Amino acid sequence: MTLEVLGITVLGVFLFGYIIVASIDFGAGFFNAFSTVTGKQHILTKVIQRYLSPVWEVTNVFLVFFFVGIVGFFPKTAYYYGSTLLVPASIAIILLAIRGAYYAFTTYGGLKHKRYTILYGLTGLFIPASLSIVLTISEGGFVTMLDSGPVLDYWTLFTSPLSWSIVVLSLTSVLYISAVFLTWYAQKAKDRAAVSLLRKYALIWAVPAIITAAGIIVEMKGHNPEHYQRLVDVWWLFALSVVFFAGTVFLLWKRLAYGFAFWLLIGQFTSAFLAYGISHYPYLMYPYLTIYDSFTNKAMATALVIAFIAGLCLLLPSLYLLLRLFLFNKAYVQGDRNDHA
Amino acid sequence: MGNADSLFFSRVLTELTLSFHIIYATIGVGIPLMIMIAQWVGIKKNDEHYILLARRWTRGFVITVAVGVVTGTAIGLQLSLLWPNFMELAGNTIALPLFMETFAFFFEAIFLGIYIYTWDRFENQKKHLLLLIPVALGASFSAVFITIVNAFMNAPQGFDLVNGQLVNVSPLLAMFNPAMPTKVAHVVVTAYMTSAFVLASIGAYRLLKGSNHVYHKKALFLTMKLGLIFSIATAVIGDFSGKYLAEYQPEKLAAAEWHFETEKGAPLILYGVLADGEVKYALKIPFGLSILAHSNPNAEVIGLDQFKEADTPPHYIHYMFDLMVTIGMWMVLLSLVYVVGTWRKWQFIFSKWFRWLMVLGGPLSIIAIEAGWWLDEVGRQPWVLRGIMRTKDAATTSGHVDTMLWLFAGLYLILGIGSVFVLWQMFRRNPVEQELADRAGEKAGVAK
Repeated sequence: MTLEVLGITVLGVFLFGYIIVASIDFGAGFFNAFSTVTGKQHILTKVIQRYLSPVWEVTNVFLVFFFVGIVGFFPKTAYYYGSTLLVPASIAIILLAIRGAYYAFTTYGGLKHKRYTILYGLTGLFIPASLSIVLTISEGGFVTMLDSGPVLDYWTLFTSPLSWSIVVLSLTSVLYISAVFLTWYAQKAKDRAAVSLLRKYALIWAVPAIITAAGIIVEMKGHNPEHYQRLVDVWWLFALSVVFFAGTVFLLWKRLAYGFAFWLLIGQFTSAFLAYGISHYPYLMYPYLTIYDSFTNKAMATALVIAFIAGLCLLLPSLYLLLRLFLFNKAYVQGDRNDHA
Repeated sequence: MGNADSLFFSRVLTELTLSFHIIYATIGVGIPLMIMIAQWVGIKKNDEHYILLARRWTRGFVITVAVGVVTGTAIGLQLSLLWPNFMELAGNTIALPLFMETFAFFFEAIFLGIYIYTWDRFENQKKHLLLLIPVALGASFSAVFITIVNAFMNAPQGFDLVNGQLVNVSPLLAMFNPAMPTKVAHVVVTAYMTSAFVLASIGAYRLLKGSNHVYHKKALFLTMKLGLIFSIATAVIGDFSGKYLAEYQPEKLAAAEWHFETEKGAPLILYGVLADGEVKYALKIPFGLSILAHSNPNAEVIGLDQFKEADTPPHYIHYMFDLMVTIGMWMVLLSLVYVVGTWRKWQFIFSKWFRWLMVLGGPLSIIAIEAGWWLDEVGRQPWVLRGIMRTKDAATTSGHVDTMLWLFAGLYLILGIGSVFVLWQMFRRNPVEQELADRAGEKAGVAK
């Protein structure tokens, strides 16, 4: 494995981690707000709050890791993406900031208001939408190189069916991932009413999630034939992904093994993410930037990899402790314990 | 919008974000240590008040840390969005500490989550205290790593530029640059000092507002003692910083001290104003600058005359220097008088006016932090990477930077007001007397 591939794999792990944990978080916020509006708050709020409280800060770190890591391993991305993403990334930061801070204000600070719950829920939809623009831009055709530097063509971006499909895909998958996870979590909490409602949400969002995912592949054919061809080459990974998807839906339908259903969902997204990543190789932004011409020097790459391994040795046990104490701790999950400061 | 405008607004937006973030970041680095000390004292003395102190500080800390995290994410991304050319160069040379900072922060985030949700889980308080160590370590090391990046911007090394190509990159050499020891020590210690004085001003305020509870007296004495230690440390490290500047960034020192002509036995100029190139109304300490720069009253100190005007920072950083040093010295004096006064039972330290001075100490320390960072950042101009890349060549060419500035200004306003409001409400609704009574009630209930 070359250092370039190793670097992009490390970043891929963080990006995937962020997609999963952030989706759970965003979707949970949305369902919480939705249940407030529809008067079903008493069913969902407890279970969602209990999951989110100790982990919300950790979610953010995955994103920070990704964008700090990509500038470290592939410094040229700072130039290409930094120059073009000013507006969409700034909007995403502002929404993330409001969301994160007001989460703490309401949970720890006792600021309670329906308005914040709804605001929190809505940011959970707008953030993935604005972040997903990065994936769209990476497909090429939206950035023009001028003498002064790369410029993003907003009109092309906003009128492109591809960019809107990716936005819709980000929303449907956020809701689907979140609903499946929370069904399992509610089951662990022995909260029957919440299980049945969340299971319903999961089944409702399963269909649009898979349809939009398939739709993107079709869009790609027109937009970026080279990428499309490479997507078709790894068809077996997509087939695997569909099998996993069918497994999750079957288990949810039959009300069986919600935990296993969630792991099948992870399998579905892992194989789809891998297929996307492999077919995107070697481009970071079509056609200007590949992982090879943007790569950092060897000394820095080696140092980063060593730091990464050392960091993991520190983090994995800590993460395990966090999960054991809260996510997989019966007394905590079922609400018998709340030792909050 | 032209490129000149993009540069201007990029600078203003970065200044705004950093000025706002640094308040929460400084508190975020220092408070975990204060909580740790309070909880430890509580365990040692078997005194419930100190434990409760740690617990209440933790509650407030969670609010400030939230704002620190989201504004930290903002500045992290803004560096790439507003200064893409700089970040491309930085990615190649100083990415290692940036990357390590995220690890330190991750470590802190995980254990903070655990710490705040396990307050009554352990029979043995010591076990709970152990969970705080990674939080305090993570917080302090975040500051260490980020400050290393800033030190590198002041004294870049660990690479060579040959015909515009980067060669011989050494990430460790870049990290351990000459600016690093003094800068890292200064940032970390001032964070502890500021946190101690901010907490002290809360205690003093409660005492002024009629609560005469011993809880507040203990809190005030503990934090003023810590503040004294850290403010003395700050002064010592500040002296080393002056020597570093004289050696490696003489133009920054000369501009900060209004030292125009290279001379031996240079005086230190404090305060004053600059009118038509003349220093007026200043306080001159004979040989002061030579001592600060070289520990020798007769040593020669390089003045601004040795540099082209295009390569020197604006003269107004002198005011930042004055502000920072004056507040620093004032806080040493104030905390010294308080600590000695408590010991010798001087009556005036219990007076209203003295308590008001201590209330003011917290905000003043934060102003000193702001002045220090402005001195550091503006003092590095016109460079973003001293001697290598000018700020004007680093900025984005993208339009809309002005619109983003307004959006972010609105965001910081919302976060600033929101955090202050929430903290205010939190402690007003649940005053310490009430909480102590509740706890006593709970215990009695259990005993029955």
